[in-house]
Amino acid sequence: MKTVSNPRSVETENVHKDRSVQMRDTDSKQSTSENWNWLGASPGKLAAGLVFGVIFGFLLQKGGVAKFDILIGVLLLENFVVVKVMLTAIIVGMIGSYGLRRMGVIELQINETKYGANVIGGLIFGVGFGLLAYCPGTNAAAVGQGNLDALVGVVGLLFGSYIYALNSKFGSGTVSRWGKRGKLTLPEVFGISPGLFIAIAAPVLIGMLILLEIAGY
Amino acid sequence: MKIQTCLLATVLLWPATIMQAADALPSPYPYSEPAWSPYVVGFLIGFLVLSTLWLAGKKIGASSAYSDAAGMIGRLVAPRHIASLPYYQKSKPMIGWTLTIVLGAILGSFIAAWTGGELTGSYLQEMWVDRFGADSSLLRAFVALLGGALMAYGARMAGGCTSGHGISGTLQLAVSSWIAVICFFIGGIAAAMLIYRI
Repeated sequence: MKTVSNPRSVETENVHKDRSVQMRDTDSKQSTSENWNWLGASPGKLAAGLVFGVIFGFLLQKGGVAKFDILIGVLLLENFVVVKVMLTAIIVGMIGSYGLRRMGVIELQINETKYGANVIGGLIFGVGFGLLAYCPGTNAAAVGQGNLDALVGVVGLLFGSYIYALNSKFGSGTVSRWGKRGKLTLPEVFGISPGLFIAIAAPVLIGMLILLEIAGY
Repeated sequence: MKIQTCLLATVLLWPATIMQAADALPSPYPYSEPAWSPYVVGFLIGFLVLSTLWLAGKKIGASSAYSDAAGMIGRLVAPRHIASLPYYQKSKPMIGWTLTIVLGAILGSFIAAWTGGELTGSYLQEMWVDRFGADSSLLRAFVALLGGALMAYGARMAGGCTSGHGISGTLQLAVSSWIAVICFFIGGIAAAMLIYRI
């Protein structure tokens, strides 16, 4: 939330935090898109995004998670490379982000919990993932490594996004309003401190990885 | 409403389309090996997400890049139509952080595949060919298009994808992200089992 230079970039900061939350207060002041900016952040920040993106894509490809068979393999419960990458990242990030928050250098950046939208949107996403075999991030990595079917995936992703935006014209739907619980975290649900939660969760997740290795995956 | 009915019909018809062609997939399937250990990659991705949170104050996401890109294409083709859509009024389609992440990821993956001799250049991937044969280009285009569209729609509804929810959100212990990622896998497992193993 630093380096805010003009009011418009304040707006985009918020937009990125939770796009769907802001859908419901439809105070449609009729703005024309001609006077919207094209740059949503300062050039410095965009350049930083590009650098982080290059590292992200590099790691995804090296981890094999841009590969069709490895991504389908996890959904067939036969290959667990994806699970290993995700759980390791979660364990490291969980401990690290807790530490950094305690130091006061980062803030919690999470989306609102909306049971209806999270569940139904999640299931729709999952079916799409099974069909395409790449998820939005790994689809970009698949394009980079030369999987041409991922280019068709890009067209589908653009189309689906537009359909969602078009649909927003006909009301945001009751599903997306159902079961709203605000920015909820797991430690709050269990009523324990984040530190204690991580002290329990980290060994459990590490245990799951060890079990996978023992089982021969 | 018409569009929704259409989409629903296609989804319901897809198993029928797929059943015609299928060959049995070898079991166990000879999966490819990643270039680096998944634990090393996972560790570095965790570290990367922490770096972006710290240095840029931002999460790593991917799916909203596609909705921004779609909106920007729309702004070039039909600016007034895009301006009339409530979703785009709330999150104006601009060149933003997530879009640069995704563009960077394409480049980064290219560099990784190039240096590792893993550039593919193939339209039909091996596992798909094993299942549906080499003459299934049209089926693959249809399935990929539908898959991409459903995924983008679901991601916007759920508030993120496997990057934003699956990694950045889960590691901050967000309830929304854990619910979403579990549902990603439930939906994905059901679809993949139907397509490849049944």
